[in-house]
Amino acid sequence: MRNPQLSKNGELQHLLTLDGLPRSIITQILDTAAPFTEMAEREVKKLPLLRGKSVFNLFFENSTRTRTTFEIAAKRLSADVINLNVSTSSTKKGETLLDTVDNLCAMQADMFVVRHESSGAPHLIAQHLQNTGREHIHVVNAGDGRHAHPTQGLLDMYTIRHYKKEFHNLTVAIVGDVLHSRVARSQIAALTTLGVPEVRVIGPRTLMPTEVEKMGVRYCATMEEGLKDVDVVMMLRLQNERMNGALLPSPQEFFKVWGLTAEKLALAKPDAIVMHPGPMNRGVEIDSAVADGNQAVILPQVTFGIAVRMAVMSMLGSH
Amino acid sequence: MNIHISNGRLIDPANRIDAKQDIFIADGKIVGVGSAPDGFKAARTINASNLVVAPGLIDLAARLREPGFEYRATLESELDAAMAGGVTSLAIPPDTDPVLDEPGLVEMLCYRAKKLNRAHIYPVGALTIGLKGEQLSEMAELVEAGCVAFSQANTPILDTRVLGRAMQYAATFGFRIWLQPLDPYLARGGVAHDGEVASRLGLPGIPASAEIVALYTYLRLAKQTGARLHITRVSCGESLDLIEHARQDGVDVTCDVAAHHLHLCDMDIGYFNPHCHVVPPLRSQRDRIALSKGLADGRINAICSDHTPVDDDAKQAPFSESEPGTTGLELLLPLTLKWAAEHNLPLLDALSRITSEAAKIAGIAKGGHLSVGARADVCIFDPDTHQLIDRSMLRSQGKNTPFLGLELPGKVRYTLVEGTLMYEAH
Repeated sequence: MRNPQLSKNGELQHLLTLDGLPRSIITQILDTAAPFTEMAEREVKKLPLLRGKSVFNLFFENSTRTRTTFEIAAKRLSADVINLNVSTSSTKKGETLLDTVDNLCAMQADMFVVRHESSGAPHLIAQHLQNTGREHIHVVNAGDGRHAHPTQGLLDMYTIRHYKKEFHNLTVAIVGDVLHSRVARSQIAALTTLGVPEVRVIGPRTLMPTEVEKMGVRYCATMEEGLKDVDVVMMLRLQNERMNGALLPSPQEFFKVWGLTAEKLALAKPDAIVMHPGPMNRGVEIDSAVADGNQAVILPQVTFGIAVRMAVMSMLGSH
Repeated sequence: MNIHISNGRLIDPANRIDAKQDIFIADGKIVGVGSAPDGFKAARTINASNLVVAPGLIDLAARLREPGFEYRATLESELDAAMAGGVTSLAIPPDTDPVLDEPGLVEMLCYRAKKLNRAHIYPVGALTIGLKGEQLSEMAELVEAGCVAFSQANTPILDTRVLGRAMQYAATFGFRIWLQPLDPYLARGGVAHDGEVASRLGLPGIPASAEIVALYTYLRLAKQTGARLHITRVSCGESLDLIEHARQDGVDVTCDVAAHHLHLCDMDIGYFNPHCHVVPPLRSQRDRIALSKGLADGRINAICSDHTPVDDDAKQAPFSESEPGTTGLELLLPLTLKWAAEHNLPLLDALSRITSEAAKIAGIAKGGHLSVGARADVCIFDPDTHQLIDRSMLRSQGKNTPFLGLELPGKVRYTLVEGTLMYEAH
């Protein structure tokens, strides 16, 4: 089975997941993003790399931040951006996912940025384009179900590389709801591909995927065990609907055991960085003192996110 | 019409025959095996040299989608598929729309099938009204209407007290209950085996415990009530140990496995292949191997196709949203032969799983064997030819199968139902 995100000559055709993406391509994306970061500080922030191309932001699930950063990234590359909030339009009228895609193809789309609540939806679209002879249209996964959020994973890698330079000597901890998190899956795939020797996941067993160890991580039940001497702490968002019920007794208990406080962070290396994909629940997964503290790199993550998305879109648009 | 099937290799598992023998058919029945009865004059002779002559196959689970889902498939299309697959008797699960919980409905379905005059159908009635798990169906009347057993299809009973009562009531008459073990709470929201693959793909999982916990309950209630139990479509290796244990404990229990579970596991989901979205889910490779072995050593009695035609639109969706099921009538024989080859099993033993053993479970006395006096349901196939499984060769309206593009052994050449030649391959 060919990797559906690579073309016949091994170039990036779609960005669907970081799981199984060659290390060389991940590194290439990070390298391509670097000059875009500097460009953002210039007076004129535009490049003509995607001039004349139409990028459709196809969001079947609500999102503000991700959609906005994709929009900014596309516009800085001079693309025309069309935002479609599909959750409130056609699918409510019964149109299938692939019908929506076909209609937008008829409007001469060059790239789809897709967010969907079901795992695998971007794969389905990419395969459909393949089967109907429209390989020239690219798909970027902006988050599908619990499966993947590759641009988030990439911007996290960019951030880590920015602060830590290398990957091969790091210990990284991912904290919280790994089970429902597409971000965590993409982070784990990228970290293990880039050669991080120890990736730990920390949280209650109810929020861990079955056989999580097979993803190449070490499971730690407590922060005391998991944060010891780490270089990077990656917090995950805990969604409201998971907080009360059979997964967790209460947000208070979660914070007490797994919430990141200055005291717990002191277990990590003194120069450890703290990351969060946002939006944060202050007082549930992270204490405000840490979120706003000098080890947090949460806002730079957002800035780097634009550069990384520009890198992905320019690489896709160039072939 | 009198038919003489000559020069074939007769394999009749029920009678333990595997020999070059001719068979002779008159008035829809087998009238001679090996030698013709006195005065027999054939109106047609089928030359079966290099072919296997076997009893018509029996499929213990085939959804024909009627009534209620005629846009997916009809009796016509699916019975054609059955003929092309050499399947002459089919047990029909009750999850039609409306559900098979009404004697009148069952009679109508049998009548429709009879009028079409292709395969024999054996409806499995709903154990509870509307499959809701609350009120018992009129089992005695449903049996009179043609039902051979009772099941809940893919809708397990929540209330274990109702399940126990249903078993007691069925046991009163000695009716067999067919259940697919699944704990609805543990399975809730799941679409794939809860393991490494589902974890990686971010698909909600159905843990093996959902099958094991339910199976425990069913076996225990069967022991208590004396119900005759048939476990359909086991998916976990561990289930076989439980069933074996119950047998030793005196529980009257048989079981079958879906043909695709013998060849596929959760790894085959690959990049979200919706054709691998089935109920119960494809389990781990370890489970697959255990099922394959369990079938070879006889702990699993039979194979079914779990034929579920699904239209393309319902499959062309993200994995969790795609409709589960796989088309199977035309793959039952090829997948059985492929499994047998993997175990170096004689054809006689392999075919017993889809003829004589299946007949015992469904209580079909007249079919599943080729003794003199039996119904002349015959499947004549070429065991050595491989054929490519593609959309155009499938007669079923459902083209949904994970085996598309693969070459599988066995090609049905002739299918006879009650002595009438219903299918002939070109």
